[in-house]
Amino acid sequence: MDIIRVEGVTKGYPDHPVLSDLTLSIKKGECFTLLGPSGCGKTVLLRLIAGFESPESGKIFIDDTPVADLDAGIEVPPENRGIGVVFQDYAVWPHMTVFENIAYPLKIAQRPKDEIQSRVMEMVDIVGMHGLDKRLPSELSGGQQQRVALARALVGKPSLMLLDEPLSNLDANLREEMRFEIKELQQKLGVTVLYVTHDQEIGLAISDRVAIMDEKGVIQQIGTPWEIFERPVNPFVFNFMGIANFIDVRRDGPNFFVGTGTQPIPWAEKPVGDATAWVAGFRPSDVTISREGHGLRGVVRRANFLGAMMDYLVEIDGTQLRTALETHRAISENLILQAGDTCNIDFLALHWFEAEKLKGVKME
Amino acid sequence: MSAVKTKSSFGVAQLILFLSIAILVVVVAFPVMLILFNAFWVEDHFNFQGAIEILKQPATYEALRNSLIIATMSTVGSTIVGTFFAWLVTRTDLPHKTFMKSMFLVPFMLPSFIGAMAWKMLLSPNAGFINRFFMDNFGFTGPVFNIYSYLGISLVEVMYLFPFVFIQVCGALERMDPTLEESARISGAGLFTITRKITIPLVLPSILSGALLIMLYSMAHFGTVAVLGIENGIYNIPVLIYERIHQSAGSFESIRLGTVLATVLVVSAAFIIWLQRKILGSGHYQIIGGKSFRPMELKLRGLRIPMMIFCFACIGFTIVLPTVVIFLVGSLKTYGLSFSPENLSLDNFKFILFEFDVTRDAIFNSVSLGFTAAIITMFAGVMISYVIVKMNVRGKGILEFLGMLPFSVPGSVIALGVILAWSGQFGINIYNTVWIILVAYIARYMAFSLKANSAALEQVHDSLVEASRACGATMWQSLRDIVLPLVRPGMLAAFFLIFLPALRELTVSIMLYAPTTRTIGVAIYTLNEDGETVLSAALAAIALIIIVVGQTIINKVTKKAGV
Repeated sequence: MDIIRVEGVTKGYPDHPVLSDLTLSIKKGECFTLLGPSGCGKTVLLRLIAGFESPESGKIFIDDTPVADLDAGIEVPPENRGIGVVFQDYAVWPHMTVFENIAYPLKIAQRPKDEIQSRVMEMVDIVGMHGLDKRLPSELSGGQQQRVALARALVGKPSLMLLDEPLSNLDANLREEMRFEIKELQQKLGVTVLYVTHDQEIGLAISDRVAIMDEKGVIQQIGTPWEIFERPVNPFVFNFMGIANFIDVRRDGPNFFVGTGTQPIPWAEKPVGDATAWVAGFRPSDVTISREGHGLRGVVRRANFLGAMMDYLVEIDGTQLRTALETHRAISENLILQAGDTCNIDFLALHWFEAEKLKGVKME
Repeated sequence: MSAVKTKSSFGVAQLILFLSIAILVVVVAFPVMLILFNAFWVEDHFNFQGAIEILKQPATYEALRNSLIIATMSTVGSTIVGTFFAWLVTRTDLPHKTFMKSMFLVPFMLPSFIGAMAWKMLLSPNAGFINRFFMDNFGFTGPVFNIYSYLGISLVEVMYLFPFVFIQVCGALERMDPTLEESARISGAGLFTITRKITIPLVLPSILSGALLIMLYSMAHFGTVAVLGIENGIYNIPVLIYERIHQSAGSFESIRLGTVLATVLVVSAAFIIWLQRKILGSGHYQIIGGKSFRPMELKLRGLRIPMMIFCFACIGFTIVLPTVVIFLVGSLKTYGLSFSPENLSLDNFKFILFEFDVTRDAIFNSVSLGFTAAIITMFAGVMISYVIVKMNVRGKGILEFLGMLPFSVPGSVIALGVILAWSGQFGINIYNTVWIILVAYIARYMAFSLKANSAALEQVHDSLVEASRACGATMWQSLRDIVLPLVRPGMLAAFFLIFLPALRELTVSIMLYAPTTRTIGVAIYTLNEDGETVLSAALAAIALIIIVVGQTIINKVTKKAGV
């Protein structure tokens, strides 16, 4: 059953359109991540669902009840949508203590005093803030403030929680810790989560399903993290899920040659289609490099020592690619190369794209 | 993405917007409109020529010229003095910098017409204490310095206006990223080149913006010119408006002359405000971030001690000397006696506080007017700022435009405007009552309230309200529980920013007072005019005490509230 249904929603500001005719549904109980580059309109979608903005056209349903439908004149204000929201800047009220912040939704709902007391204290414990309930937000760290924001969003037992880049203001270690806590809370309380972020790692780590949005606010692919990573439907998704190599391949009859040279690409599966210009996409970690062996002959143009990894820029017949190789393996297998050395390149995984369709896709 | 959703509470948003517009229209826009209307609309038709004729009359032309001369001299002087002191206290190793910085801000809170009175006592050509001292002891045949001159008036204005530039430039110099200067230094530029090519261009917008504020203030400033200029026939626009309307008891001619002159003030003020916004908006400013850095300091070396002495001398001259004179004269039995112990007593203070009706009324009027105006303006200001800063309703543009008005309408214009609006032509006659002064105060101080409140509201991030909406709170509940508690310090600041200046207000009240509705400023001024110098000085001394005590309380309160 779908807890959120967004149907044909359009939203724009006078100078630029943000979302056009967007459709999306989120199932009850899942952790759904909306992943996209900054400025792509993913936050706007979250705000539309929360009710902070209204769509210009289209409909939004929560639990099969319409909450925004311009044609029918329906516009449910945010306070009546029963959603928990966690903001990027925490939005913890600075003039209230931790207890008061978390108790606010219950106070507004006019719950009895003793119920408020017990539920708030329970939430304080769940988010690991035991003993800090009388502090003011100014006496808390960023991570603690975010825990307060989480507790506040969850204390009213909403069936749906929206999180807008809640971890981007935290440092790397804390971010990693918090993302598992969020996942754990989600499972423990059985709440549906819509998580908006530009960080693929978080998206892959905590989600049941992921939607990839491009710069124009169009959803490119929806699937499990595994599907998105292993079977990207197009170069945008592929590129967005990590640094990618794209090398030019031209078709000459039944043969596929790399760059401008005459070396056939060492990959059994060939693309289906009539085009002559193709692009092979693969991640640096899907490239194997050797001094003498199977594969394409190339020249190392640049060698970078990155600590745990060795990073080589290799040129093959006028086209370039990057490899990533663990340093300890490079040492044990005598693969510490210098600029100018020749080497052989082979692949562990490879995706085909038509060169024509690749135009206009922003690459890193 | 601003905007607390308002469509859902359509009626409420529309109501608040309508109320806000109504307040600004009634209090500011309507009086100003009447001035423009009366200036150009004579006997049922538009008459631009007539307005030009009035400006060509010798007296009006003279007033225009004087306003311009005095404003220009004061602005140039204040800008140089303010920039120099700002540089001294932020960029050199001057001793006692923190103390100096706070002292240079003191003139902000002193009423300049009280300063002008003090300087009149010190430097009037024949009776001034300093002039007499030199004539009696050193055989001078004439005065050392005649304060009744363009230069004298401008110098007194400089003493009280330079903090406008000082505070702006200090802020800019403190916030400027020192790496901008350090990189120039690494590129081989000397300190002189760095100052000329990097530092000055970067703080220039602040200097100019402070200078324009002074220009705006000085053009329309009544007190100093009225106290020092009249003896020598030097008067500016506000003084001429006051004199004409006062002498003729509000005749048609005088009102019309007033409206034409007021129009000139409004137009020049609007121009100055426009220019200031343009300068501040021109990208330059963004290089200066909000962070505080430790700037490099110039070693003054041999000049260190002389500079310190110079600064202390300036402080003594501008703050201590006039204050001491006011207190001493206020304690004299009769003006003209020497300052020997047997001539000094507290009798004057006792008299004006407990026996003299005029001054007792004045103190009561000023305190109650200031308090009421501050309360009303504070609440109106927070509502209007809320619409401008936080709400997204149609018709907000009108309010934004109206919200600019209070900033560009000088006091004497407001006074004239409320006379036109509320003396019976439109069904309400509150002329000669305290109410007309109250209305004028609200109009005059609305700008302060809008500024303080919108600054406070901008600190309240939209997500704080959105979070409470998501927690189930309605718009009203969010306002009550989240917004109001968070802007309370800003409202408090607005209250005091209005209450204290209102206590010593002169420009507006002098045009509107009736025998029983004198304010402290009016009482000081009229007593001085009537030759009651010692009583006037005593009341001025009491006003100074109230102001200093009030300011100290503000500083305590605002520091506690974390403003």
